[in-house]
Amino acid sequence: MLYAAIATRAFRRYATYRSATLAGIFTNSVFGVIYSFAYLALWAQDPDAGGYDAVDAVTFVWLTQGLLMTVAIWGGGTTDDLAERIRSGDVAIDLYRPVGLIRWYLAADLGRSAYHLLTRGLAPTLVGMLLFDLRLPDSPVAALVFAVSLPLAVTVSFAIRFLVACTAFWLLDATGPRVLSAALAMFFSGTTLPLVLFPGSLGTLANALPWSAIIQVPNDLWLGTHTGRDALAALGFQLLWIVVLLGCCSLVMRAATRKVVVQGG
Amino acid sequence: MADSLIEVRDLERTFTVRRRTGGLRRRATTVHAVHDLSFDVPAGEMVGYIGPNGAGKSTTVKMLTGILVPTGGHLRVGGLEPAVQRTELARRIGVVFGQRTTLWWDLPLRDSFELLRKIYRIPEPTFRANLDRFVELLDLGDLLYTPVRQLSLGQRMRGDITAALLHDPEILYLDEPTIGLDVISKGRLREFLRALNAENGTTLMLTTHDLQDIEALCDRVIVIDHGTTVFDGPLAELHRQGGSTRTLVVDLVDEAEPISVPGAEVRRVEGPRQWLAFPADASAAPIVSAVAASYDVADLSIQEPDIEEVIRELYARG
Repeated sequence: MLYAAIATRAFRRYATYRSATLAGIFTNSVFGVIYSFAYLALWAQDPDAGGYDAVDAVTFVWLTQGLLMTVAIWGGGTTDDLAERIRSGDVAIDLYRPVGLIRWYLAADLGRSAYHLLTRGLAPTLVGMLLFDLRLPDSPVAALVFAVSLPLAVTVSFAIRFLVACTAFWLLDATGPRVLSAALAMFFSGTTLPLVLFPGSLGTLANALPWSAIIQVPNDLWLGTHTGRDALAALGFQLLWIVVLLGCCSLVMRAATRKVVVQGG
Repeated sequence: MADSLIEVRDLERTFTVRRRTGGLRRRATTVHAVHDLSFDVPAGEMVGYIGPNGAGKSTTVKMLTGILVPTGGHLRVGGLEPAVQRTELARRIGVVFGQRTTLWWDLPLRDSFELLRKIYRIPEPTFRANLDRFVELLDLGDLLYTPVRQLSLGQRMRGDITAALLHDPEILYLDEPTIGLDVISKGRLREFLRALNAENGTTLMLTTHDLQDIEALCDRVIVIDHGTTVFDGPLAELHRQGGSTRTLVVDLVDEAEPISVPGAEVRRVEGPRQWLAFPADASAAPIVSAVAASYDVADLSIQEPDIEEVIRELYARG
């Protein structure tokens, strides 16, 4: 299958950068330790903050560290390639092919995320388990639901990053939107602080925005915050954003290919 | 007209360019990249599409392949409307850029081809037969397992041409295919393209700055400038209309008066070296023997006409 071939190729491509991977795992682990102590201090003040106990909070830290690269929260990976190809005009070659651009890049991004999950995801989580007391999923079902939510989280993140990369069609350089988008993603995904700590309407807003589907939702599924019907609703929430955002991607691509000059050549 | 593979009628493409006119004010001006362009290409033809930089060549090719939407006029390629049926059309055309690669730079050539097989859903036997043929004709055997980033320009170009042809396209667009190649590679590439056209009947559309590409390959030349056709016909006719000349550079043993031989005139003298111009469609042989018969010649060389110059001449004569 073509898309499987694209995904495998992306996986292999990232697998060639071994020392970068090791350095990244080290960084994630250091940040994990720092955040863990910060959260432990926070939860010592209020042992039931946001409905999490201290073990939940520390588990949240390590899950987040493991997911950051998997979902490419800062942008990066495949969508950066796309932005660069739009800027250089090489995107013309992608458009000559009888394959949908969005599906192509999504497949590549899923391949990339699989690599990052197995390395930058798994390794820091194991480090966290050695150093701290972490919570594991309550049941095989909870673990399964968490596993299902991961590719959905990557897809939501991909769609946002794809839209950001597409701004290069008009702006030529997507750096500005990318920096803004990364800042929003850090804050609204739960990376900076779990969204459960956000008070009142800010919390409601943050939980309704697509970024929560990237980190907060998978973490809550692991922690067992959502069970049964709630867990399905959480997956549905991710799916809903995927439909909406990929729809936007498709509209933007249509506008881009209709209006915009492919650079150079 | 019914048997034209490519049909272009009154094609238009305008771009709005905003220029800063001091301070924050900007004025929008409309640029006609392609204006009132018409031509037909029947199946199996080899057409040279030439013109100075910025004439609208790339813009035309982008519209022909469907990645740029025309702002006016009529355009059909193989009965399809490119911008609307881009994906469908993509299965029937191949595109080669001299300055860009369609290969994946971090993969071995063989993997790129394999990925293309899946993209174009090429049946296994066809794929195998085509790959074997191109590998042999283009001498790619040793390179199949080399990552693209390690290939030389000429090797990469051969890889790119194979990539563009694996799915048996009816039309092959080549944009500056011989740019940066050495003389031997150029020759082999042209030979390959001629064979491809003869055996598969592939229609070739070639944009180039190299007149020798055109001479070796194309029965027909379309010259465009300022987005519109200024010439459409055989190359010999272009030379005749453009009054283009070839130049015989003669190095004499000693300085001499300007050489006087029939069929050529001296354009420049610099010490013992003289430049003799003669019509591009005339043979150099009689002029060379006439010069050699009456003068002591140390060395001779011939300069081919420059396409930009031919086009300039074409304009000057109105």
